[in-house]
Amino acid sequence: MGYNCVVLAKQVPDTHKVTGKAMKDDGTVNRAALPAVFNPEDLNALEMAIQVKERAGGTVTVMTMGLPTACDILRESLYRGADRGILLTDRRCAGSDTLATSYILSCAIRHLGKVDLVFCGRQAIDGDTAQVGPQTAEKLGIPQMTYVEKLLDVTNGHIRARRNLGHGWEVVEGALPMLVTVTEAANDPRPSAARRLMRYKAAQSPAEIARQVSIDMKQADDAARAAETKKRTEALAARGLLLEQWSLDDFPIDFAWVGLDGSPTKVHRVQSIVLTGSGYHEVAPTDDSIRTLIHELIEDHTIG
Amino acid sequence: MIEPNPKGEVWIFAEQESGQLHDTPLELCSKARGLADELGVPLAAVLVGKGVRELSYRLISGGVDKVYLAEHPMVDHYQTQPYAKLLCNLIETHKPQIVLFGATVMGRDLAPRVASQCRCGLTADCTDLQIGDHEDKRAGKTYHKLLYQIRPAFGGNIIATIVNTERWPQMATVREGVMPMSVPDSKRKGQIIDVDVNVGQQDLALRLIESHREAKKVNLKGARTIVAGGAGVGSRDSFQLLWDLANALGGAVAGSRAAVDSGFIPREYQVGQTGTTVRPALYIAVGISGAVQHRVGMEESGKIIAINWDANAPIFQYAHYGIVGDLNVVLPKMIAAVKARV
Repeated sequence: MGYNCVVLAKQVPDTHKVTGKAMKDDGTVNRAALPAVFNPEDLNALEMAIQVKERAGGTVTVMTMGLPTACDILRESLYRGADRGILLTDRRCAGSDTLATSYILSCAIRHLGKVDLVFCGRQAIDGDTAQVGPQTAEKLGIPQMTYVEKLLDVTNGHIRARRNLGHGWEVVEGALPMLVTVTEAANDPRPSAARRLMRYKAAQSPAEIARQVSIDMKQADDAARAAETKKRTEALAARGLLLEQWSLDDFPIDFAWVGLDGSPTKVHRVQSIVLTGSGYHEVAPTDDSIRTLIHELIEDHTIG
Repeated sequence: MIEPNPKGEVWIFAEQESGQLHDTPLELCSKARGLADELGVPLAAVLVGKGVRELSYRLISGGVDKVYLAEHPMVDHYQTQPYAKLLCNLIETHKPQIVLFGATVMGRDLAPRVASQCRCGLTADCTDLQIGDHEDKRAGKTYHKLLYQIRPAFGGNIIATIVNTERWPQMATVREGVMPMSVPDSKRKGQIIDVDVNVGQQDLALRLIESHREAKKVNLKGARTIVAGGAGVGSRDSFQLLWDLANALGGAVAGSRAAVDSGFIPREYQVGQTGTTVRPALYIAVGISGAVQHRVGMEESGKIIAINWDANAPIFQYAHYGIVGDLNVVLPKMIAAVKARV
């Protein structure tokens, strides 16, 4: 008995803490310089999944799509109580918009077998779209509960939760399977458990092992490196510390719907916001100057 | 998904709850009317609910040419799947080129589901929409009159313009309060088209157990533009100019502690250390000296315009733009300039 829970998590640049170090000389943000963090509301999603497991039994699998560096959040999930971490990494995923991303995630989730609950953070702080959750639910053909601010009950194959509507709330109930998007108000994510941290800090994915081997064996040829990578991978797997790594070849998927080509939205233009420091621009209280000011603010999208 | 259809209509989703039209469809009306006119196509609203026909007239006076009205007891209370199914069916039938939703809780629950089902693109939380051309260098192809979906991303550090080239409709959610509400014109004529609601019990995945609505509170935190007044505004009458400017900008009005203490504006509108902390894209400080207690509540604003007759007021030290002058002269000029642009 119990419920199989999947948590969809994302490693994101910490856009909420843009410090001086992350600023370029021209006043724009150097995105590469921002620290990578566990998307905050995905931690609330993980906490909710762990609570379901504690109450009703079952499993918690955390899945993340991204670069091998995203293994950091898989390890963090294991420290906090997840049973299994899966890194979904493949060059062919690059350029995926929310529709392509949700398609890839839904194919990967199907490959897991029976899933009762999928938990996602309400939105990620780099894009703030809140789209991947509902789109994944649609692709899986299951219902969704978005903006959940409180988990009330999971029993007899049903979930009951309270949704935040902005101007109030509602309590809804539905049969599993269900996809739930979780807000920061839902719970206080537990910290890492010391024993789990000691156990899982050595956990690595094959990509991370390969990278370490190429650093350790700079002089060796490819065959020797491959052999060493295989050896270390097997050793880690024997200790139950291998983070799973999936590529798009590991489950059925239609490549027409992934990556840049599978994404209906295209970026036309990106403009950096320039954050200027001291010194204000003096505007004369005349019709012309004020018209110019308003025009400037419309041009740079400060006003819509 | 539909093929690009330059003759297709522009649609807005007319969010309503318990027979009350939400503000967002009226905000969308004003913007979408302009887009439809530029494209030379009709503007239509999709209105779903039970006993909501009356609201069609408000939408028509707000600027739409047509209302697709889907009335049925099964869609009385909003639920994701039946609404999504309805919209997808309508989109397949009528092939609109643009579909817009308010970026409300309902809009952000519904639009991704619809976009996923239609296999079309969706841009979240746009702050502006325009029509323009797009060159795809990789494919060596130029697209004309696409919808520019403009939104802040990356924690507000960049502004991205997104387009949908091949897979339509072009779909977006639009942030609340960034577009001015359309002014109703009761002389406008429009057509109400009743549509079939093919929704059954099997589409209702969720059961509503209990709900609670709060009266709309002052929401300064969500405002993208704030016009704030201080003691220097001088009177309640002069404060009316701030409301007028905020209305023209689609923004909110706030006050400093001194303005609240002087009775110009209620306390729930107060910005500053003992009030609300705000970080709008634009903060216009009118007659506010800008003491540190006020500063801590608003210095994170994207752009700050200070208007004060006193050139030595501390507010000018951290403003991006400063206008030294009489607010009774400056504000009417700003209102006129904003209105001329919309």
